[in-house]
Amino acid sequence: MKNRVMPPILLKGARIIDPANNKDQVGDLLIKDQKIDSIGADIQCEDAVETNLAGKWVVPGLIDMHVHLREPGFEYKETIETGTMAAAAGGFTKVACMPNTSPPNDNESITRFIIERAERAGYCKVLPVASITRGQQGRNLTEFFDLLQAGAVAFSDDGLPVTKASLMRLALEYSLNFDALIISHAEELELSVQGCMNEGKTSTKLGLKGIPNAAEDIAVFRDCCLAELTGARLHIAHVSTKGSVEIIRQAKARGVRVTAETAPHYFSLTEEAVNGYNTFAKMNPPLRTEEDRKAVIQGLRDGTLDAIATDHAPHDILSKECEFELAANGIIGLETSLPLALDVLVRQEGFSPLEVMKLMSFNPAKILNVDGGSLNPGHKADVTIIDPDFQFCYKREEIRSKAFNSPFLNKKFTGRAIATIMAGKVTFDLNGLLKAR
Amino acid sequence: MKKLKSRHILGMAHLEPEEITFILDTAESLKEILQRPIKKVPPLRGRTIVHLFFEPSTRTKLSFELAAKRLSADTVSISKGTSSVVKGETLIDTAKNIEAMKPDIIVMRHSMTGAPHLLAKHIDSAVINAGDGINEHPSQALLDLFSVREHFGRIKGLNLTIVGDIAHSRVAHSDIMAFSKMGANVTVCGPATMMPPDIESLGCRTVFDLKEALKDADIVMALRIQKERQGMALFPSEREYAQVFGLNSSIFSLLKKDCVVMHPGPINRGVEMSPEVADSNRSIILDQVTNGVAVRMALFTLLLADSREE
Ligand SMILES: [Zn+2]
Repeated sequence: MKNRVMPPILLKGARIIDPANNKDQVGDLLIKDQKIDSIGADIQCEDAVETNLAGKWVVPGLIDMHVHLREPGFEYKETIETGTMAAAAGGFTKVACMPNTSPPNDNESITRFIIERAERAGYCKVLPVASITRGQQGRNLTEFFDLLQAGAVAFSDDGLPVTKASLMRLALEYSLNFDALIISHAEELELSVQGCMNEGKTSTKLGLKGIPNAAEDIAVFRDCCLAELTGARLHIAHVSTKGSVEIIRQAKARGVRVTAETAPHYFSLTEEAVNGYNTFAKMNPPLRTEEDRKAVIQGLRDGTLDAIATDHAPHDILSKECEFELAANGIIGLETSLPLALDVLVRQEGFSPLEVMKLMSFNPAKILNVDGGSLNPGHKADVTIIDPDFQFCYKREEIRSKAFNSPFLNKKFTGRAIATIMAGKVTFDLNGLLKAR
Repeated sequence: MKKLKSRHILGMAHLEPEEITFILDTAESLKEILQRPIKKVPPLRGRTIVHLFFEPSTRTKLSFELAAKRLSADTVSISKGTSSVVKGETLIDTAKNIEAMKPDIIVMRHSMTGAPHLLAKHIDSAVINAGDGINEHPSQALLDLFSVREHFGRIKGLNLTIVGDIAHSRVAHSDIMAFSKMGANVTVCGPATMMPPDIESLGCRTVFDLKEALKDADIVMALRIQKERQGMALFPSEREYAQVFGLNSSIFSLLKKDCVVMHPGPINRGVEMSPEVADSNRSIILDQVTNGVAVRMALFTLLLADSREE
């Protein structure tokens, strides 16, 4: 495969949405030598695979800065190969994977292993997030320098919070030497550990113990204070509460170097999805109330929340088909992220496609300090083609991920990625749009 | 109503008022059997009822077993120690294994909320929830309704006050829903540390002052303090609890003349209820126990009525 020369790809008459340049206009885009060659009104190229894309969108390859690929250690849930296959089908050309594997990604050999595995699979670039502490034990820092050298893009103990404030401070301080990014899974375990869903009306109705919003808000506030204290770069993962959004908004206004993401389920679902003890709606942080959902959307709208990240968390069926309290946290999301953003943000909430592409490609690239999110000529050709009118039903049989733990199973969607190009190579092509003729 | 809409009895949340009345009426006609010298009738001969108890229970299990035997059903009991659950078998596997032996009804008690609902999803037998976690205990609520209706001749318009650990009591959850569905006015009272959020959404009002809560009550129900379900101590001491929320002889002067006292048992005497109250002529606690058998007989009869008519 490697030696084969890819023919140029000419995308004609598409709506080209480029968040890096704030441009949204109809035109042609030529991909040549793995790069974006040119954008223009009427590009001609003799030997190119040419496709008419009237009514379709051409956007920078999507970037998901928070996924769990489960390898090494939990290959029965997902592998790097199946996870990246799902990523490509969702329109992603880069995903950042969290370190809570077994063993956890706390040293350079695992970081390299992940990168190599992903390169061999060839579906999507994987950016490893290394753990903040060795073994994710919350005691000693990992070797930041070594891990960054190996290709880690950020540090997080995701899956678990860094419970000790002193250690979080230390990590933020040490990150200054490398201008590295610390990603916080913000959770005050003292308040959350007994709960298994949002605390409120629905938890009372269902007779389940709840997790109050305060469990997240307190931890977000602590970490914002520590980022302010140290001047380091902090990113808050999976924001789910109204309070967190407001705390981050205020921290940003004070000039704290904090960014934040939310997941599609937090802007599309509420705690009601748990009704019937639906373990496919169990995740951490839990689905919250309508008030929180609206606040999260407002956060995305006004720039308080910078990115949409799925927190793609594949699980085997045994981990989910059991008593609600015993069920594992998390849902898969790579193949539903864009459809949900189109459904909820664009069609219901009136976001422009450009705004959504910022949240799903340009901003995550900027936060992770990697290239992407841009269609500038000369850039590596990470390009996603979206059909905003494509109607489909999200069926279990058609999921690329190894897992199918999604609350959106059998939901009808309008709009999805129909082709994905990573560094000039076609990694996903739903209907053979880009097949050389 | 000729038959129940529900295939399972999972919780009061799922039962409609007409179904509840139907169950109570059926129980009333069956209670007569319990007064006979020979307390056994044949309708469920050849039927098998499995009691699957993942949590220790004396009185509920006994009540269910007696109910089954009075109706001539065969019963099998599996409790946590003797079942294969301890060997790491999943709940679904255990259930499917039992299902393979073709029981007609599985009565289950489990320490986790929603376990009977999970069971019902995976097997064909009817499932009765005999208590799941902090969620529901519908047969207890039904026998409470029955006892109140028997005593007052009605449920609608009565004032029920429930005192104690509301958050960790599945009896409270089921009773709040049951009594409010049947038109009673429910008040809950107890330490604020034992009040779940938005409890009012289940159909009750919250009053923190015991005197205020007891004032207009027709029925006062004390709950067992569920020490085993609380993570940390939710009140400073049993002594203080008894002082602030304990039902002792000092409450008699506050109560309406015909107010009755109930308790789902077993009682921590001297904590949530003093012996003078439990044994007073206002107490209908022992009626509750007798009525429990009749109500459970009704549930068995109604759940199997469908196939019996064939
Ligand atoms: Zn997390």
